[in-house]
Amino acid sequence: MADGRRDGGRLQVDTDECKGCGLCVEACPPKVIALSERLNHYGYRTAEYAGAGCTGCGICFLVCPEPGAITVLRLKRRPAGAAEGASV
Amino acid sequence: MSDQTDLDYIVAHSKARAFYPTYERKEELQHQTHYCPGCGHGMVHKMVAQAIDELGIQDRTILISPVGCSVFAYYYFDVGNVQAAHGRAPAVATAVKRTRPESIVISYQGDGDLAAIGSAEILHAANRGENISVIFVNNAIYSMTGGQMAPTTLMGQASTTSPGGRTPAEGYPLHICELLATLEAPVYLERVALGNNKQVAQAARAVRKAIENQVNGLGFSLVEVLSPCPTIWKMSAVEAQRWIHDVMEKTFVPRVYRDRTQTAEARPAPGPAISLEKVPAMLGVAAKETPAAFAGEGAATAEIDWQVRIAGFGGQGVLLLGEMMAEAGLDAGLEVSWLPSYGPEMRSGTSNCHVRLAREPIDSPLVGHPHVLVAMNEPSLHKFGSSVRRGGWVLYNGDDVPPECERRDVHIVARSFTHLADELGDARAANMVALGAVLEIAQVLPEASVDHALGRLVKSPRWLDLDARALTRGREVLREWRGEVCHAE
Ligand SMILES: Cc1ncc(C[n+]2csc(CCOP(=O)(O)OP(=O)(O)O)c2C)c(N)n1
Ligand code: SF4
Ligand code: SF4
Ligand code: SF4
Repeated sequence: MADGRRDGGRLQVDTDECKGCGLCVEACPPKVIALSERLNHYGYRTAEYAGAGCTGCGICFLVCPEPGAITVLRLKRRPAGAAEGASV
Repeated sequence: MSDQTDLDYIVAHSKARAFYPTYERKEELQHQTHYCPGCGHGMVHKMVAQAIDELGIQDRTILISPVGCSVFAYYYFDVGNVQAAHGRAPAVATAVKRTRPESIVISYQGDGDLAAIGSAEILHAANRGENISVIFVNNAIYSMTGGQMAPTTLMGQASTTSPGGRTPAEGYPLHICELLATLEAPVYLERVALGNNKQVAQAARAVRKAIENQVNGLGFSLVEVLSPCPTIWKMSAVEAQRWIHDVMEKTFVPRVYRDRTQTAEARPAPGPAISLEKVPAMLGVAAKETPAAFAGEGAATAEIDWQVRIAGFGGQGVLLLGEMMAEAGLDAGLEVSWLPSYGPEMRSGTSNCHVRLAREPIDSPLVGHPHVLVAMNEPSLHKFGSSVRRGGWVLYNGDDVPPECERRDVHIVARSFTHLADELGDARAANMVALGAVLEIAQVLPEASVDHALGRLVKSPRWLDLDARALTRGREVLREWRGEVCHAE
């Protein structure tokens, strides 16, 4: 990130909720999701961000059957100079 | 989030507010739905929740969940919820919408639920153009019960009840959208699929539109969603998704089957309900200022719960007897129920009814163990005699109780009411003789209330007079009996 080039989006996965179905892996256009090697405590391999290039398109969120397994963040477009963030 | 750089990101997609933050169905599964990995129900739930959020209707949405894998939808949606009996969701939705027109009512159903057992309900709700939104999740199988054939199962598709694949002997896949599109009333009918990203996005738009149509008051909208069931289909989630696109949609073509969203006029909201005061006049009965305060002398606060069963041949006035009691009970300000039970025959055949009179609201109108049985003929005595509670009463329309019906733990009054009524002028008044005796036993219905009920239910002056005399005769019979030998020890 030092060069200032940031991914357009970010993927967050709630590993308690993900059931490892793999639909997001299949659906992600730039193919930046993979299933983890580790199993969660229900025994599922859960989705995780693999590499760089998330666009924040939200397709993974749309195809995921679990209400809160995926959260997608998007890089804020803001006028140059404004620094304060508003993400929660 | 702790990472400083995250300050540059905003949340673009996250769990809908229409879902509960955690689910209390099971202690150990607070973060998970009960759906299998890759189940289409989860995707459709998210679309519905998203639409509720976007339309800002969470506080007035009522979700009707079905029987099927999605039976527990109410554990997930933080909205009003009703869980309907199998297939009945559109009928329940109709009732909810009509009684609460400001609410947004979503009927959520599977294909077994909607297209098999509930085929009548959906057809008529659509035909009436109810202003509801139906989300129809078609996975071509009964999933919850383990994979039996549904009306929507594809030709050749194996199921536990068509193991060799569906053949024409089991009929053909039922095309619900096409079927409903033959009706005049529906405003919006679309079939969508969850076969790839594009289709999923279109499905979300359709679900939103179906709900938005209701918000705009337009009328009946239904979205059929071709939805994966990886478990019963025995596929991975990704394979199931592909199967929808490659196979299922050849039978069920995704497209818009009806869209009058642009031209439909908002349906007028139902008018206010008729005020209760006007009902007696509409029914042609005299209005009463207030329900009479309960007039049973000295018993105004005592417990009342009389359970009565009345049985006989059709034509003996068995149902009228029960109706009279209920009518008089209403007049006296009691809680009442009257449940007739009869065959299709108008005259012969048997009929019986259940009557309850109580001070507290009545939980069930069924009377399994009556305090009083009126048996207008011998078969009825045989059938119900043993069900009477100990210490209860049997009023038998006959002078001799058959030996096998004798009981020592109940009061048995055996008189031919028919004969007594005949003496008064018409044997058909036997039911009122019996009623007179019941009233004398129960002592909870004031005579004035009985008179009112009689006036309401019996129109002919000749019969009014005869029935009044029959009631009196019945009361006398009981008093005479009290002076006689008591069968109960
Ligand atoms: C009156 C009644 N009949 C039968 C059943 C058994 N039953 C439960 S779910 C179901 C079928 C559900 O299939 P579908 O509507 O396609 O839902 P899915 O489970 O596939 O989501 C049946 C027949 C029942 N619960 N109640
Ligand atoms: S938001 Fe889009 S690019 Fe990013 S992980 Fe999800 S699907 Fe892939
Ligand atoms: S789609 Fe959802 S449940 Fe399936 S692997 Fe991805 S995050 Fe997990
Ligand atoms: S059996 Fe099929 S429809 Fe039911 S929860 Fe599992 S995947 Fe979903």
